[in-house]
Amino acid sequence: MTLMPNETRRGFLGLMGAGLACAVTPAHALTTDQASALVQKSMDEVYAVINSGQPPAQMYKAFEAIFARYADVDIIARSALGPAARQVSPAQFAAYKQAFQGYIGRKYGKRFREFIGSKIEVQSARPVKSFIAVTTVAYLKGRSPMEMEWHVSDKSGKNLYFNIIIEGINMLASERAEISAMLAQRKGDMAALTADLQQAG
Amino acid sequence: MNRRILLAALTVTAIGACSAKTGPDGMNDPYEPMNRKVHAFNRGLDRHVVKPMTSGMSSGEAKDDGPGIGSTLVRGVGNFGANLAEPGKAVNHLLQGKPEPAIKTTFRFLVNTTVGLGGFLDPATSDFALPEQDTDFGQTLAVWGVPEVAYLELPLLGPSTGRDAVGKVVDLVADPMGAVLNRDQRVIGFVARLAGKAGERGEYGDTVDSVLYDSADSYAQTRLIWLQHRRHELGEEGDEIDPYAE
Repeated sequence: MTLMPNETRRGFLGLMGAGLACAVTPAHALTTDQASALVQKSMDEVYAVINSGQPPAQMYKAFEAIFARYADVDIIARSALGPAARQVSPAQFAAYKQAFQGYIGRKYGKRFREFIGSKIEVQSARPVKSFIAVTTVAYLKGRSPMEMEWHVSDKSGKNLYFNIIIEGINMLASERAEISAMLAQRKGDMAALTADLQQAG
Repeated sequence: MNRRILLAALTVTAIGACSAKTGPDGMNDPYEPMNRKVHAFNRGLDRHVVKPMTSGMSSGEAKDDGPGIGSTLVRGVGNFGANLAEPGKAVNHLLQGKPEPAIKTTFRFLVNTTVGLGGFLDPATSDFALPEQDTDFGQTLAVWGVPEVAYLELPLLGPSTGRDAVGKVVDLVADPMGAVLNRDQRVIGFVARLAGKAGERGEYGDTVDSVLYDSADSYAQTRLIWLQHRRHELGEEGDEIDPYAE
């Protein structure tokens, strides 16, 4: 009991507490401004690719890289796989995740023509549950403005978005339905699903 | 007229009485086997008739000469058809207790019918800041607290719900323009609206193609996307997904 004087013990605990606070604080420090800036930055990069005029196949690669940089691909791929994600080996999951990332880059990248000559503006951001929802509006040529909501979280250790909701349509829910249908077609065969994803999108 | 409205009200009550069980993914689809058959029919119709007819109207395609005369004409005809639906929309806004959109929709109808040459042009949007404020009796029912009921895929008309299907019937039989137009004029209006829908199929062609022809299960994707979008329009979205908490 007397190994450590009271004062020192308190100081020691305080130090530990401070250390803990340092480790924990970033996980709670994601602000609406940071989340908005993240969305803005990723969209700026997307527009740079769209306006670069490179061939579509190269664009899809570039979109995939932006997705990998700003989105939490791990949690999106895991969530899209649903309950099956708990039964696959780490190596299987890694291969699937890689294929999934390419599939997303192609599937959503194919729509780039609709965004030529358009602009996206960040409107607002608000905390929801454990994350931040950033609302943007896309002004596309000859269409009514399109509302998009980005869900940004720091739960992965980095500030990344994990879901996009376009006019109410939830990307995570949509991919969950799609991937589970693809897996069912292959009767639960992960390797076959991964091979299909490499071609899909 | 009154008998028609009574009939519609009875149908609403009857459909509302059906049990509304929602699946784990927020879908209530007890008629899935029948819906899938209708979906296969609709998809075949799109592949063989609608898509070939409307291809080339896509604004997403890179074209040198801009929108062709064909798509401008289709847009005009679509505008004409949509304009005839405005009085019905104004009534629905009123029934939902929203006087402002009801008044704006009425002005929009007057401007486009006169300055817009019978509704072929849309100066209300471009010059008078009176954009279309879409609504229907399905939305009115939602505002009145009628539940969504089961998901339905209707032949030719596509995705719907029990509530929206009743809404469509009421919008058709109780259309205020029905009292003004004769039968031939109503048919012309209907065909014009159909042309407008075909124009939209061309305009959003890439999106439709991706859902109908690139999905592993196009029925499930259509159902999910349509229901989520419709619920968003009606302010009935479900809870946000938090994959970190799962």
